[in-house]
Amino acid sequence: MTTPLLLGLLAGAILSGTSLLYATLGETIVERSGIVNLGLEGLLLVGASVGFSVTAISGNPWLGLVAAAAAGALVNLALGWLVVTRKANQLASGLAMMFFGFGASALIGAPHVGAVIRGLPKWRPAWLADLSWVQATTLFKYDLLTWLAVPVAGFVWWLLFRTRWGLGLRAVGENPNAAFASGRDPGVFQYQALCLGGVLGGIAGAHLSLSLTGTWAEYMTAGRGFIAIALVIFSKWDPVRVIVGTLLFGGAEALELQLQARGSLISPFLLEMFPYLLTIAVLLAWGGSRRLAAPASLGRTFYGSS
Amino acid sequence: MPEAAVIATFRNSDAVRAAARFAGVSAVALLVFALVLLAAGKDPLSAYAQTFRHTLASSYGFSELLVRMTPLLLAAVAVALPSRLGLINVGGEGQLYMGAFAASAGVFLFPGAPAWLLLPLVVIGGFLGGAVWAAIPGALRAAKLVNETVATLLLNYVAPLIVGYFIFGPWRTTENSAYPESSPYPPAAMLPNLFGTRIHAGLLIALAALAVYWVLMEKTRWGIEMRAIGGNPEAARRLGIAVPVWIVAALAIGGGFAGLAGMGEAMGITGRLRQTLSPGYGFAGFLIAWLAGGRPLGILFMSFLFAIITAAGDTLQISQGLPYAVVNILLATILFVVLASRGGWGVSR
Amino acid sequence: MSTVPRAQVLLETRGLSKRYGPVQANDGVDFRLHGGEVHALLGENGAGKSTLSKILYGFVRPDAGEILLDGRRVELRTPRDARALGIGMVFQTFMLVPALSVLENIELFLTDLPRVPDPRGIATRIRALAERFGLAIDLSAPVRQLSVGDQQKVEILKLLLAKARVLILDEPTRVLAPHEIEALFRVFGALKAEGYAILFITHKLREVIRCADRITVMRKGRITGSVDASRADVETLVAMMFGERPAHAPGLERPVARPIGAAPIFELRAASSPVSGREIALRNLDVSVGAGEIVGVAGVSGSGQKELGDLALGLRPLATGTKTFRGEDVSSWSIARMREAGLAFIPEDALGMAAIPGMSVRENLSLGAGRRYHRGVGLDWQRLESTMKTSFEALSFPVPPLNLPVATLSGGNVQRVVLAREMAHEPRLVVALYPTRGLDFRSAAAVRALLRGACDRGGGVLLISEDLDELEEMADRLLVLFAGAVVGTFPRGAWRPEEVGLLMTGAKEGARA
Repeated sequence: MTTPLLLGLLAGAILSGTSLLYATLGETIVERSGIVNLGLEGLLLVGASVGFSVTAISGNPWLGLVAAAAAGALVNLALGWLVVTRKANQLASGLAMMFFGFGASALIGAPHVGAVIRGLPKWRPAWLADLSWVQATTLFKYDLLTWLAVPVAGFVWWLLFRTRWGLGLRAVGENPNAAFASGRDPGVFQYQALCLGGVLGGIAGAHLSLSLTGTWAEYMTAGRGFIAIALVIFSKWDPVRVIVGTLLFGGAEALELQLQARGSLISPFLLEMFPYLLTIAVLLAWGGSRRLAAPASLGRTFYGSS
Repeated sequence: MPEAAVIATFRNSDAVRAAARFAGVSAVALLVFALVLLAAGKDPLSAYAQTFRHTLASSYGFSELLVRMTPLLLAAVAVALPSRLGLINVGGEGQLYMGAFAASAGVFLFPGAPAWLLLPLVVIGGFLGGAVWAAIPGALRAAKLVNETVATLLLNYVAPLIVGYFIFGPWRTTENSAYPESSPYPPAAMLPNLFGTRIHAGLLIALAALAVYWVLMEKTRWGIEMRAIGGNPEAARRLGIAVPVWIVAALAIGGGFAGLAGMGEAMGITGRLRQTLSPGYGFAGFLIAWLAGGRPLGILFMSFLFAIITAAGDTLQISQGLPYAVVNILLATILFVVLASRGGWGVSR
Repeated sequence: MSTVPRAQVLLETRGLSKRYGPVQANDGVDFRLHGGEVHALLGENGAGKSTLSKILYGFVRPDAGEILLDGRRVELRTPRDARALGIGMVFQTFMLVPALSVLENIELFLTDLPRVPDPRGIATRIRALAERFGLAIDLSAPVRQLSVGDQQKVEILKLLLAKARVLILDEPTRVLAPHEIEALFRVFGALKAEGYAILFITHKLREVIRCADRITVMRKGRITGSVDASRADVETLVAMMFGERPAHAPGLERPVARPIGAAPIFELRAASSPVSGREIALRNLDVSVGAGEIVGVAGVSGSGQKELGDLALGLRPLATGTKTFRGEDVSSWSIARMREAGLAFIPEDALGMAAIPGMSVRENLSLGAGRRYHRGVGLDWQRLESTMKTSFEALSFPVPPLNLPVATLSGGNVQRVVLAREMAHEPRLVVALYPTRGLDFRSAAAVRALLRGACDRGGGVLLISEDLDELEEMADRLLVLFAGAVVGTFPRGAWRPEEVGLLMTGAKEGARA
């Protein structure tokens, strides 16, 4: 493996991984509150389609980004209404939102298929640009979302482990009865987590259409939502470990692209399978110990005191 | 409460409950669809009239409904059976494709064989393909390694890629075709048609599957063990029930049914293997099973309802330019309404 | 107990009433709690003590009556109100988050926690209080690693840091070993000396006499008496609790000597089983149960009782050693096979671990019977029903309607269904875990009679219990389990609770008498 290939892989990993990172961070926050959001795939699609459409109409990618974040929050709040207020089954509710995302994103994006937009601007700090080995790659030439990715992960970590809100959230996800006994309303925390998760998910989706590809196509997220759910488990619900996980999977995607670009003899189909199989393999290898790290009340409905 | 009353509430005829739920969901669907149409600037009444004309009112339309119902029934049973054990199978899509794949493999391995050999072969192949594809997540779940919901979901993405590999590769059609598809199957491998319509023997298989599901769960001792696992897996284990074995078996059988759906679509409708075999039958099956509470009669009714909805979607797409995606929104909304009312209409999970 | 100068009334209720459907849980309760006093609330299950305490904590709103704090009327709408007024409660199920550290658990309940907490400052505050009252623990340890006694300390610290003046504890000694109970009473003493008021709910008479200043007895929702501990004795308290003088005090029946067969029905030799998830390892166990013998197993929660039961059942695999049942090596037998060979299993929680809530009584009765009733692809329901009806009758239980879903039965009735099912085929070994936990006096006695009956008919019983009184009465031999190993074996009558208690908590080296 030559250095240019490795650097190219790294660059690709970071580019692919950005969207995955935001999506996984959002899902981590939501799962820390005890909710599994199987509809993440739909959420990402909504973010991608809304971001793209608003950008295509307004010509301003920042507006598209903000719209995507808002749309994401709305979608997750709808999930929250089902799961928290109506106390519906989380898995079925997540799938309902997934369907909704499939349909809504297709409708929203349909008029704009094939449109050319001005995507999120990328830049590279001068002192890095001067390095010759950097110039040959796409390394360090990132849009704002990629530059902020690691700091955002750090912020989420701080939020979960160093603030009063984060402590309450974690308690809600582990033992909502105890959280309730401490004077907190688990439902409020879950709604807040879903809101934040929705914003991050919308941003994650928007990054795909506004930065990574610059286009919109139906189902363009290709299962990233489910990979993100697996990554949350892989990272033991810890925002900092999420960074490692997303680099790994971003790298897998980048590797697939690189191999295809270099005319590899491996069929493109087999290459495309790689991320999904890797996800399963990863879940398998670390499955057992991960279960203990899960928020104890994940997936359960809190019925409140009698 | 007096015991007789308690017994009575639990002895309500299954048919009555299924019909009531069907009526309720239909009403919701009609209302919501009307709103969606209005929002898209179309006239709901004329759209409904058109749909009625093209589906229930014509014999061709009705036969097409049965054609659509076939894979829906199988996909729903594929979800319902494992759900009685508390397992969530959202891998119907992938299992469907692998069923079609395995059946195709059988055909392309023995292209010259006569019908009385090929037909059983494709049926077995279809079942096995789906069964094996579902048994993998089943084994992972039984070994407590990976949650089956995530595993079946991920494998959904892998199956069409396998199919794609073969369609673009060894099985590629030699004709100049607009779609990516395999060579056509020999006529001996195709499922016979019924009543001179597009309805194929797959419908009979689907109805048989529904019957097998009911008998297995309600009338056999294996059904009791499976339902015990669904009711309380910890207790089931302690009572000596071989839970891991049943987990794999239930998912495999369910996957097999989904595989039969794929086989049916390939050998009954398209005549060749395609990447677009399923417009989401797997997920629709999940919805149907969930709305029906896993009950066979309910599955029958809901599959019929879904067949009408998807037929309406196609009709409206052609005649009114409404993208098919509207159907997804409609399904989502129905599910949303059902979930929001008392958290799910007495569905056990 | 000691006579501390009585401070004024801190907490008082007047005419408190609460009804749950047909049950009058509290009926015109007039109650007084003084500062600097340890006050015991005594009564059998269902007497109304839990309801009263929940009302005092704001968990439940009373239908009538008033509550006064420092002589002023207060409204307790939610626990938040109660906490704001300095009333704190420690429940039987601790309100702790196992995955979080002790410090985080305490932070969670602080009423003045800043948005970005300062862990070190809070730790200092905690340590100061901990030292004052004998509640020292490792603040950074995750709560799930703590012993139950230590977890209880965390609960008390939470209350103290939230500036509670009244501490209500619901059955605090239920899960503690004897010397941990002593430690708790010393904490009570330290708190009482500084003016705190402690109200603890219990049904254990002897403790109450040892540590309380004042005892209030409840029965059927009413207060039947309130006495100074110095003037109370077991007999009067029992009379107040039950309304009559039973032949013996509850749980103090005479043990009966029973003939014991020669060869063991069940034996574990040098058996061990590895750690698995949240379950601990079992090490080098030697356990044997003879025909007609009741072997009791004592231990604090988390010592391996559940694991031992599961090992006997066949749910946990043996890593080393052997397991024999009725003379055969059954080390690798499946649960189904063990059950078919005559092993009955009565788990801690009938509805949770031995019954399927959504299925009918009939279907539940058909489970776990192996191949006995197989007929083609279905079951021989007639034969099953007749066998089960016989079992119910033999146990003097009424036969419930077979079509009802088990979930509609009361807890006691579910237990009866499970017992009838387990005892229907003359089990050779009954493994029973905490079989009388949560049962009222009469049901508990019925279960004990049932176990003795199994022994009389030649079976053996492995009785795992947390109630040393019960074990004293029932066990022909007593094993003490600690950290997954047997640390003591005693024949009937050769042990004292204090000694066993020390073994249970690992505070004393293993002893075999």
